[in-house]
Amino acid sequence: MAPVSIYEVDRAENEAVAPYSTGKPKRKFHLRWWRFLVLIIAGAYILIPLYAGIKFSLQNDTGGFTDLAYKNLPSAPGFTAALTLSLKLAIATMVVSTLLMVPTSIYVHLHMPRFRRAMDVVTVLPIVIPPIVLIIGVTGVYPLWAKSSPYLLSFMYVILAMPFVYRSLDAGLSAIDLKTLTEASRSLGGNWFKTMWNVILPNIRPALLSATVLTLALVFGEYTMASLDLWTTIPVWIVQAQETNDGHIQVAASMMGLVGTWILLLLVVSLDRSQSRRSRRRAS
Amino acid sequence: MTIDVTNASDPGASASGSEALVVKRRNFKKGLRRMESTFVVTPFVIYAFLGLGVPALAVIYQAFHADTGGWTWSNMHLVTHGIFLIGFENSIKLGLLSSLIPGVFGVFVAYAIQTSKSTVLKRLTSTASGVLANFGGVNLTFMFIATLGSAGILTAWLHALGISLTSIGFNLYTFSGVVVVYMYFQLPLMVLVITPALGGLRQNWREAAENMGASSWRYWIHVGIPVLMPSILGGMLLLFGSAFAAYATAESLTLGLVALAPIQIGNFLNGNVIAGQTHVGYAIAFGMLIILAFVMALYSLVRKRASKWLR
Repeated sequence: MAPVSIYEVDRAENEAVAPYSTGKPKRKFHLRWWRFLVLIIAGAYILIPLYAGIKFSLQNDTGGFTDLAYKNLPSAPGFTAALTLSLKLAIATMVVSTLLMVPTSIYVHLHMPRFRRAMDVVTVLPIVIPPIVLIIGVTGVYPLWAKSSPYLLSFMYVILAMPFVYRSLDAGLSAIDLKTLTEASRSLGGNWFKTMWNVILPNIRPALLSATVLTLALVFGEYTMASLDLWTTIPVWIVQAQETNDGHIQVAASMMGLVGTWILLLLVVSLDRSQSRRSRRRAS
Repeated sequence: MTIDVTNASDPGASASGSEALVVKRRNFKKGLRRMESTFVVTPFVIYAFLGLGVPALAVIYQAFHADTGGWTWSNMHLVTHGIFLIGFENSIKLGLLSSLIPGVFGVFVAYAIQTSKSTVLKRLTSTASGVLANFGGVNLTFMFIATLGSAGILTAWLHALGISLTSIGFNLYTFSGVVVVYMYFQLPLMVLVITPALGGLRQNWREAAENMGASSWRYWIHVGIPVLMPSILGGMLLLFGSAFAAYATAESLTLGLVALAPIQIGNFLNGNVIAGQTHVGYAIAFGMLIILAFVMALYSLVRKRASKWLR
């Protein structure tokens, strides 16, 4: 859907000559210039700090080039323990979040259109309710056995990931003709589980994958809850190690996390698109 | 409950004779469907209640209790005066600044990306905004220290051009710095939330406007902006909430020295408190919840309007 409509918008903008317009070429130039400026400012704002961070992580104390920070990272004290904990939490969060959100979103899309607005609002709440408020509420009220387990963090991360997971799934489900697919599958004798597993899930795979990657990014970046619940996950380790190190290793860890997630997400999106294009070609 | 989609009539009402059986069966089926929908949505509702409702209720309960137990207003009195009131004011100011600027600019960025023909650009930016909207905390602080700190590269570039950041009143480790740094995740968040709304601007509206002789400018003034406005406002309210709520970034950047409501809560949690005041943290949290409830009410109102046009 997207490429076609965007092409049309663009063509219309370039071809339309309003009565008082001074002509096509000038207008086209105007449009390009405007877009160029906006993208340059936004790009500079996003990329310069990124460049600064990467450059700093590749420098030694005197300013020369070195990749020691990246080499020393795995053997830094406490790093592997923090990485293992973060990985465990990430896996638990991704599994619970998928099991909870996918069937609910599909069902709500199919049969309960009115509940969609309620879900819209509920899943926005974690963006606006401060994690710090949630975690002091949790530590104030939940029983000790729950608080003594790191998986309480996973429990809360599912909540924090909801806005991104739900939005991603919602967009994926809106883009396909869910009703026709389900009815076709049902008329061929597929039950609810088979319909979901063999028909719906393959169709929303890109949405599902990007939701998963965003959850991963969230777990590896969340500091507030982890630090106040006193667990040394990767972000907490980065802060703690700041006191004993020169800072280069921590920046290296941050940069690897950020760029790594971005590349992972990019791969997921591009691989999936090229695959769907291939299958479409085969079909035609 | 709102999840009830079938409007089932009273069982057995206004039915007689052989029709009664049919109606009964239909009602039974409707009931079954209703049970099914309740059953499917229950885990989500329970989860949201345990993860969002219970902590919020706990905060409210604790805000009105003294350390010795028993109900009290003294916590609330304390947080609406003096340094804590300043904390709220600063947080609101921060929320407004870092929702208005990225809110407006984000619309332009999203539009520039959406109308571009390059799929590579689209793919890069859509994934980047997803990742960056989640980015924050220490990692972000490090990046900005390397950029705008006293030895940062942008500081050096500007210095070479003869511009000194301190002379124009900018200091990374104070309020102005927090605003600039927050935009780093606010801008991608705005791009993320506004892109679907831009996709809802229909091509034929534009054609209709042009057929009637409207210039591009007039199209935007009379059609584009009014249609987009609810979505833009909704996005900005979301940004306000996100800036208002953020803790880790401001904490690590200013080392907890800027008076912001979330940082003050953090200080109570980290034990930097005078004895006998541990419940004050909950009272601040309660104050934040009230402000956010107001924001969310506005959001839901605005969203209702937005969904009228964007189907």
